[in-house]
Amino acid sequence: MTTAIVNISLKAGVLDSQGKAVHHALDSLHFKGVNDVRVGKQIVLKLDTDDKTQAMTEVEKMCEDILANTVIEDYKIELI
Amino acid sequence: MKVSILQFPGTNCEYDTQHAFEELGATTEIIWHKSETIPADTNLLVVAGGFSYGDYLRSGAIARFSPVMKAVTQYAKDGGKVLGICNGFQVLTEAGLLPGALKRNDNLHFISKYHHLKVINNDNIFLEKLDNGEVVNIPIAHHDGNFFIDSDGLQDLKANNQILLKYTDADGEVKNPNGSIDSIAGVCNKDKNVFGLMPHPERAMELLLGSDDGVKMLQGFLAN
Repeated sequence: MTTAIVNISLKAGVLDSQGKAVHHALDSLHFKGVNDVRVGKQIVLKLDTDDKTQAMTEVEKMCEDILANTVIEDYKIELI
Repeated sequence: MKVSILQFPGTNCEYDTQHAFEELGATTEIIWHKSETIPADTNLLVVAGGFSYGDYLRSGAIARFSPVMKAVTQYAKDGGKVLGICNGFQVLTEAGLLPGALKRNDNLHFISKYHHLKVINNDNIFLEKLDNGEVVNIPIAHHDGNFFIDSDGLQDLKANNQILLKYTDADGEVKNPNGSIDSIAGVCNKDKNVFGLMPHPERAMELLLGSDDGVKMLQGFLAN
């Protein structure tokens, strides 16, 4: 079995309003030295296969087809 | 004139849309998303507003894989006239039938209020009953209406006259409620037979309820 952890975030250059709001909140709580905040989402998939190459191919297709909207989002896949 | 209106789990504007088009003399049919076909006599296919699949994952992301969407894509490819209102606009961008994407509003609020819109291009089968530069007052009600497209895409939209509506004030000066790039409220595809807009013209049918500016817009949708 393989676990795939998919992290999805807005592309660099696409304004992340949630990140900005969190940044302001951190600032108001006096957490200083934070230059930028980006908020994303994580999707964890449990796959039948033990074949990491096959898993990567499949999860990449899932990301392109539905998990991410590649017009505005980037995704990173980590396999365990 | 036959208007077919799509209904997904979570769609909530299908009956308003039906009422509005019937008031204007159209016959209508509501199409459940499990249907693999759309009525052959359809003149206008409407993807109505709401919260299809609870907006899970992203607005419109799951609806675009419903069985009916294959027929919708084919209908659009064959030159059929497709209109997406609010969540319908989101579904059509997710399906790749319209360019760009709809992000969370910049102020992170759900915005529900009347807003003025300016007609940018009426050289299409949707807005020809309105004049270029004409300002209409139509409600918006969305959380994810912040239209985004990259700079090359935006240039294409401008070059092909695909920007149909922008958010403005009553005088037609840009006033942007949600952070949309270039204050865009509605775009069409390159072939100009698919149109998506975040505002709800079907909710602006009675002066008594605030505005009847939607009447002319909907009449335009029925004109061809």
